[in-house]
Amino acid sequence: MRHSTRIAVGPVQFRIGSDWRAPVAVLDRLYAGYPRDDTRPADATVRLFAARPWRRWLRPSVQIGGDFVIPDALPLPLSMGLLAAEMGMNLQVALGWRRHLLLHASAVARDGRAVIMSGESGSGKSTLAALLGEDGWRLMGDEFTLIDPAGGDALAFPRAVSLKNAAIAEVAARVDTARLGPLLAGTPKGDIRHLIPRADAIAAMHEPARPALLLFPRFGGEAAIEPMGEGEAFVRLTEASTNYVALGEPGFAALTRLVRETPAFGISYPDSTTGLALVEQLFAEAVR
Amino acid sequence: MADRVYRAAPPETLRIEALGDLTVLFDRRSMQTHLMIQPMPEILAAMADDRCNAATVAERLAARFDLGGEGDPMPLIAERLAELAAMGLVAEA
Amino acid sequence: MSAIRTLVDLLAGRREAAALAPREWDGVISVARAEAMLATLAHRLEGAALPPAVAALFADQRAAAAVAQAQSMWEAEMARRALASERIEFVLLKGTAYAAAGLSCAEGRQIGDLDILVLVSDIGRAENELLEAGWEWVKSDPYDDAYYREHMHELPPLIHKARDRMIDVHHTILPQTHRIAPDALSLVSDAVTTENGFAVLCPTDMACHCAAHLLADGDLQGGLRNLWDFHSLTRDFAAADPGFWGKLDARADRHGLHAPVHRAARLARDLYGSALPSGWDRHDPADLWFKRRLLARDDWGHATHFALQQAFYIRSHWLRMPPLMLSRHLWTKWRKR
Repeated sequence: MRHSTRIAVGPVQFRIGSDWRAPVAVLDRLYAGYPRDDTRPADATVRLFAARPWRRWLRPSVQIGGDFVIPDALPLPLSMGLLAAEMGMNLQVALGWRRHLLLHASAVARDGRAVIMSGESGSGKSTLAALLGEDGWRLMGDEFTLIDPAGGDALAFPRAVSLKNAAIAEVAARVDTARLGPLLAGTPKGDIRHLIPRADAIAAMHEPARPALLLFPRFGGEAAIEPMGEGEAFVRLTEASTNYVALGEPGFAALTRLVRETPAFGISYPDSTTGLALVEQLFAEAVR
Repeated sequence: MADRVYRAAPPETLRIEALGDLTVLFDRRSMQTHLMIQPMPEILAAMADDRCNAATVAERLAARFDLGGEGDPMPLIAERLAELAAMGLVAEA
Repeated sequence: MSAIRTLVDLLAGRREAAALAPREWDGVISVARAEAMLATLAHRLEGAALPPAVAALFADQRAAAAVAQAQSMWEAEMARRALASERIEFVLLKGTAYAAAGLSCAEGRQIGDLDILVLVSDIGRAENELLEAGWEWVKSDPYDDAYYREHMHELPPLIHKARDRMIDVHHTILPQTHRIAPDALSLVSDAVTTENGFAVLCPTDMACHCAAHLLADGDLQGGLRNLWDFHSLTRDFAAADPGFWGKLDARADRHGLHAPVHRAARLARDLYGSALPSGWDRHDPADLWFKRRLLARDDWGHATHFALQQAFYIRSHWLRMPPLMLSRHLWTKWRKR
């Protein structure tokens, strides 16, 4: 490919190739502070390419390819090349990673103990994680949390946080603009702007954390905390995992252990301030 | 429906864990996870390593549990056995 | 050297894994994934000196392949249970058969659908039993359905409603419209039983089917993997039976598969270093095109040589159908786009 870069996020080494310079340039800026080992072979490959040769120049549109692809995925305009790269990276991890149990969940940690937040997009799990990451917590990731089948620890996947819509202004108000990516307005997923995690979160990305709390947040409605049984947490997390079935018995063992050892709650919150307070309260009770 | 005779999966092929009021069962042959509630795990346990039809299962369950005494449990147990067979956890013997 | 060449050399044992530059692995891993051979490579290089990141990735792949293979074998077991009450006999084909028979090419091999072969006289009953046991028709349009039933060598694919896995029920190993008509009856009657009680094709038929699947039944998509099957099968069978190649020759003639079986052997020799006996060890200039097609992938795992792909795609249909039917088929397919 004409342009390429390498990015290590948590345990995954990516190789990203592109027909255009722009997506690679912006990735290089967002990931400049990440540890880089150019001799390490890549676990996953992403390709951003023009579906037809003339699409490199004429209304350029980015097709997402790589080791794993979604058939019939629609291309994105070149101005959204960064989103295409993010989607390509997510896809490789979601479909290809086998070393850990992969949860579609955000996570933060304090004193070596992790809070894992699982929910659909719109649940606010990414926003909560991003805000906690600016407020005394170590951001472990806004999209994926990995569970080590051997020891049960949570491992971080702190990619650049993908802030969406209202969360953009909320987070931008609290961070240095140098830590923000370009505003991608009007994408199929709404407005998107990336946040570079704090340097200490990146530096700690290989440090495991013991799960302390499983949360299933829901944005909107009155503040509420609802304890969740082990069985329901198990079922919800199998649904939130893209590789549970592929892992076989180690995945089963890791998940039963996780829900047995970790208290789980559904939480509702009307605004971020309330959400953060609920997390703080439940965490304090969990590690007491 | 004829009273079919089944044999349960060998115990070493199954890993059964209770999670609150749910039981999760991992089948090492199929690599599938099954969620179960009463009386599925009890039926599997009652069958042990023997050829069983609904009648034998009902008899064994009655010896261990109070089946309530209202009506004939056989049709229900035959239905549960057919479901277990569809999951591959018992096979016609 | 291109990544796909390196992959082939590593599989063939012509190149030491330790001799690769760290960055060469990027391409090897991508093309191996694209050819559905990453876990096969991981098995081939188990114990070799590898960069730690590659060794870890390969260990993941071996573990995942073991899980996937157990799932595939379970589909065979569930088909056996479904067909047992009517005493319908069936023969496992392709990947599931290799795994059931414990053949070396099954190590790490990705297995897609369950392929089984039943006698043509049993196909209606087999269909009924499978539908009763929870398999359903994949939603298809009437043209596709009629096409399968009338012209292909299988029922339209069935998918299990709970397990979401496909089964292909064949009654011969090539489409009925194909210019070659293998002897289906002997495929079933000469099948052998594995230790775990499944029927699989006898060694010579297994090699014939593998070659037919590789060269006569498709557009060479996934061809490197199928060719690896052929290489491993014939090597193992010849090691167990010195007369194997002679028997294979006779069997291929009987099925009308002389040309594809011989071509597969030559391609396996050229790419994976198969040792061929005299009589097989010839050269055919046309093989070059097949090798180009098999190796048409860039270092990012992307398929190249578009025109060559198209040529092989049309060839595969040309082999399967008489020309008038081919044009009707392509026309109907085209109109539906």
